[in-house]
Amino acid sequence: MSDSHYIPKSKVGKWFNDRLPLLTLANHLTDYPTPKNLNYWWTFGGILTFCLITQIVTGLVLAMHYVADTKLAFASVEHIMRDVNYGWLIRYVHANGASMFFLAVYIHIFRSLFYGSYKSPREIIWIIGIIIYLLMMAAAFMGYVLPWGQMSYWGATVITNLFSAIPFIGEGITTWLWGGFSVDNPTLTRFYALHYLIPFLILGLVVLHIWALHVPGNNNPVGIEIKKPSNDTVPFHPYIVIKDAFALLLFMIVFAFFVFYTPNILGHADNYIEANPLVTPAHIVPEWYLLPFYAILRSVPDKLMGVIAMFSAILILVALPWLDTSKVRSAVFRPLYKQFYWILVLDVLVLGYVGAMPAEGLYLLVARIATAYYFIHFLIILPFLGLIEKTNPVPLSITEPVLAGAAMATKSAGENKIENNLKSLG
Amino acid sequence: MKKLASLFILFTSILFFQNQSISAEKPKFLETDWTFKGLFGKYDRGALQRGYQVYTEVCAACHSMQYLSYRNLAEPGGPEFTEEEAKFIAASFEVLDGPNSDGEMFTRPAKLSDKFVMPYENVEASKAANGGAYPPDMSVLAKARKGGADYIYSLLLGYDEPPADIKLDDGVYYNKFMYGNKIKMSAPLSDGLVEYNDGTEATKEQMAKDITTFLMWSAEPHLETRHKTGFRVIVYLIILSVLVYLTMKKIWSRVETKI
Repeated sequence: MSDSHYIPKSKVGKWFNDRLPLLTLANHLTDYPTPKNLNYWWTFGGILTFCLITQIVTGLVLAMHYVADTKLAFASVEHIMRDVNYGWLIRYVHANGASMFFLAVYIHIFRSLFYGSYKSPREIIWIIGIIIYLLMMAAAFMGYVLPWGQMSYWGATVITNLFSAIPFIGEGITTWLWGGFSVDNPTLTRFYALHYLIPFLILGLVVLHIWALHVPGNNNPVGIEIKKPSNDTVPFHPYIVIKDAFALLLFMIVFAFFVFYTPNILGHADNYIEANPLVTPAHIVPEWYLLPFYAILRSVPDKLMGVIAMFSAILILVALPWLDTSKVRSAVFRPLYKQFYWILVLDVLVLGYVGAMPAEGLYLLVARIATAYYFIHFLIILPFLGLIEKTNPVPLSITEPVLAGAAMATKSAGENKIENNLKSLG
Repeated sequence: MKKLASLFILFTSILFFQNQSISAEKPKFLETDWTFKGLFGKYDRGALQRGYQVYTEVCAACHSMQYLSYRNLAEPGGPEFTEEEAKFIAASFEVLDGPNSDGEMFTRPAKLSDKFVMPYENVEASKAANGGAYPPDMSVLAKARKGGADYIYSLLLGYDEPPADIKLDDGVYYNKFMYGNKIKMSAPLSDGLVEYNDGTEATKEQMAKDITTFLMWSAEPHLETRHKTGFRVIVYLIILSVLVYLTMKKIWSRVETKI
């Protein structure tokens, strides 16, 4: 790596760095050679870090006012909304922040799928990412239970009941999870404790995720291995930092629009009714970001098989680096994969849509077809595609497609400029 | 850039579409102009004060508003009664307090810091008095129903003669906008039911609009601050985005790569 011989200029810096090489780390992070052709889909890593920190900070403040008790939880949330200074803002940022977090993580995941970022040598980054995603779902689910509204209570009942599908020990596990014989105060308090814990686990995994990323370096839209540092890279600071900042600001505008103008549109009205174990809501629906998996769960007639299908839908992603047999990473050079990729995107959106609908009639049929296709994509299409697909020629470096893409007439002037610029970068 | 913009639009529209398609199965809500919708939406002060009057004189017979305090009536962004008016309103209610130094509970006139007095002591008492149906607490009602203010407004005006094929039991009424069309609350509003102090004619529609505005405020007491802050935040973010964009262009001009 370029930064292995970093020596601080000041004496104090050197003294400190010899004992704890934080300055070496800082130098590595600023100099980190990044492919210069990263597009805006690559800005979502930074955006996700922002989302995580926002959730932790707002959550910390909410925790100072929230009371985890079935008799007081709902009222304490109303207290936050009415009487705590800017409590409404903090709670709306936290609640919509969860949705924004998932919006960003889905874009991040689908970017990885399009450009083959999960492939060798980045399998570990990918797998850590899947674990982070799983923890995010757990945190979001438990967070949704805390306001103790009707959807909190019944959502918790439906999801925890899934574990009762496990043969022999299922009932016992469910009772153990609840801390009783139904979702009640012990369930609420443990969900609260876990909801507080999980974000810090995620934070730790994010550090590993980035560490693992910095070993091979970023993938890029062309999907080829590049020499680092070289003409194909720019230092992380200021080039990527400023670009990430710009994308983050655009993201924050969307975020702010939800928080200030439609703060409840992504939630469910029933969650403003206090939990009542004696009244079941007409439709029990999870938050939008869990809907595709909810659709998969309900599309299988057998409860146990449904649960297995739902968890497999996520865990299958762990095997993705080995299921995709293509040597070429980026979909840009894979004409067939590109089409199947968009079909998969559509398939997941359809699953999300039918997940919000009652599981009957046409909706159920569509859910079943979409579920089947989801698994077919990963288990059959991807392995075979790699073997039969005729990929387009892949360039040798990032600068090459730029040059080849430019018309021959403009080549001389354009090329010289590029060369000069790259030289000046060193 | 274009891709990014279209992506945001795609996702936002999917989310909106999903939400709308869920509520599309019911008849269309009655339309009225709400002053609190839109980027600069504010509550109509007069409507809030009249709405409070409708609440006390009509709804409060059965519906509690347990998360509201009398002080809220005088707070900015709400009905904005003067402090004297709010104190006077509070004092017209009796609350149970104590125990005093003799260990006795006693009643006293309510103060600004007291919560709205509830019509029944508990949910069971309210059910017993209303044929087994619980008149829901109205503090957050406007957020607890799909369609929000539009739904409540429509429901209040949605009472009608039942179609021939629907049989209603005693104490059950037909309402076009109620889930399942059957409601245990009799039509609460009729023309001239209350007499407004400000001279506004108390038609059914007027009262429905006023009480709904009042309920929207009680569910979202900080809506005006939210809209005002939101506008400032978004304008700030847009200006900062432009500045950062120009900075980015400048920095990246050193490298021959499209951005």
